[in-house]
Amino acid sequence: MFALVDCNSFYASCERVFRPDLKDKPVVVLSNNDGCVVALSKEAKKLGIKMCDPWYQIESSYTKKGGYAFSSNYELYADISARIMTTLERLSPNIEIYSIDEAFLDLTGVNNCQNLLDFGMQCKEIIKQWTGMPVRVGIAPTKTLSKIASYGAKYYPATQGVVDLSKSERQKKLLNLVPVQEVWGVGRKIHKRLNQIGIRTALDLATIDTKYVRNNFNIVLAKTVRELRGESCIGLEDQPSAKKQIVVSRTFSKKVDDLKTLEEAVSDYAARAAAKLRKENRRCLYVSVFIRTNPFRTQDRQYRNSGITRLVAPTSDTRDIIQNAKKSLRAIYRSGFNYTKAGILLSDFYDDQIQQYDFFYPKERVLYSDKLMSTIDKINKKGLPPVYFLAQGIKRKWSMKREIQSPRYTTSWNDLPKVS
Amino acid sequence: MISEDQKRRVNLPLFNDKIAVGWPSPADDYVERSIDLNEYLVKNSAATYFLRAAGDSMINAGIHNDAILIVDRSIEPTDGKIVIASVDGSYTCKRLQLYPKPRLIAENIKYPPIKIDKKEDFEIIGVVLAAINQF
Repeated sequence: MFALVDCNSFYASCERVFRPDLKDKPVVVLSNNDGCVVALSKEAKKLGIKMCDPWYQIESSYTKKGGYAFSSNYELYADISARIMTTLERLSPNIEIYSIDEAFLDLTGVNNCQNLLDFGMQCKEIIKQWTGMPVRVGIAPTKTLSKIASYGAKYYPATQGVVDLSKSERQKKLLNLVPVQEVWGVGRKIHKRLNQIGIRTALDLATIDTKYVRNNFNIVLAKTVRELRGESCIGLEDQPSAKKQIVVSRTFSKKVDDLKTLEEAVSDYAARAAAKLRKENRRCLYVSVFIRTNPFRTQDRQYRNSGITRLVAPTSDTRDIIQNAKKSLRAIYRSGFNYTKAGILLSDFYDDQIQQYDFFYPKERVLYSDKLMSTIDKINKKGLPPVYFLAQGIKRKWSMKREIQSPRYTTSWNDLPKVS
Repeated sequence: MISEDQKRRVNLPLFNDKIAVGWPSPADDYVERSIDLNEYLVKNSAATYFLRAAGDSMINAGIHNDAILIVDRSIEPTDGKIVIASVDGSYTCKRLQLYPKPRLIAENIKYPPIKIDKKEDFEIIGVVLAAINQF
């Protein structure tokens, strides 16, 4: 038996934890550069706001109606997510963190000693009390059905946010109400094809012949069908699989057309990516860079390109990565375009304990580099003003706008919430 | 925040004897273990938040202006505990009185008690386990 614990409009709810005055008020959270809406509370939904609405279009009417808006505050969201996951680990010995706001729980054995619906309610109440966050809980014999249960908990208030689908009659009743595109694993393309053959609800999908699905669609969808019937095919993944690549990319706060500024931005992303790489105890062999103009500004000349460099030997040294990123950038840069986004991708990873030394990359160089990098990481972890490479720039005028960000309530001594 | 702080813990070795200078320290064998303020002050890190006190309404309980309050949301708020409550859309730190009538009491005669039995917009957020005053 599985439970899916899922937060209700996660980012918007995080913004409310230290702002009791925002209870029952419309709240939206904006993407990087305050571009568009990426999360919204149900009160904001009632005002007609939708996901991806551009902020500049809705700003004045939304705020006039008494709505609140925040720039993304990832420090806060990550901290609250970690608290929820730690709390869940106390409630169930086996959990899979599926995303920042969702986790699967293995409930094997729980039904022997406790009513599952009671367990779900208890789970929801403990998370609310300990962390201040509202969650819903979907309980079912398979992961796919627990997603369906969570859908039911979201759209039917009478459930009080907890749905137990352990009995097959209840499964059928709810499956009949869920549109097929809401089923976990059904993407847009498959949804279209399913509609063409008259499959509209999750129940329709659960009742088609698996052989037919295997022959006409794919084996993954056949698994989904079996899971919808209550046959568990997908287990918990307790070990998060090691990352295969690291991407750091950002949209600029304003258009950039000169190489020097692009170099600064790309070097900054390279340094961030290198720090992430070291945190995973990996070295990489390839560094790719991409740049592009704004595809939505059709009146502008468009350009996008990417370049890749192979390093001499696997490295996690920020200096090597910056140097090679700049080399790739110079190769793909064309003047006369308004660039709005750049990014860096590190790939082909090696364990940092296993190192092939090279004539051009001798052992001493690696040992010295590791020492220097770990010193930099140590300083930057302290939360003091960070040390960085001059290539990353000092003023960073291109860097993201987050003009209406809430305080870092839980990660900065200066931002602790005040109480009188 | 808490997990970050645990990584940043300050290790102070506790010796149970004086060290003889110039001698291969015989006390080395007796180094007990380091002490950690997080371990002492934080019982349940997932449910613990740090808040900052503003004002002097709790001065007689030893909570000064600017003190850091260690608030545990997982502890049951019983009569007499110092709590953080949400009242009319803002957070306040007061002593909880349940009998004879539920009230929030300041630790400073300048501030009148807050009646909470008829309040609709009221919720107890957590229990204050400790206050850190800095001098």
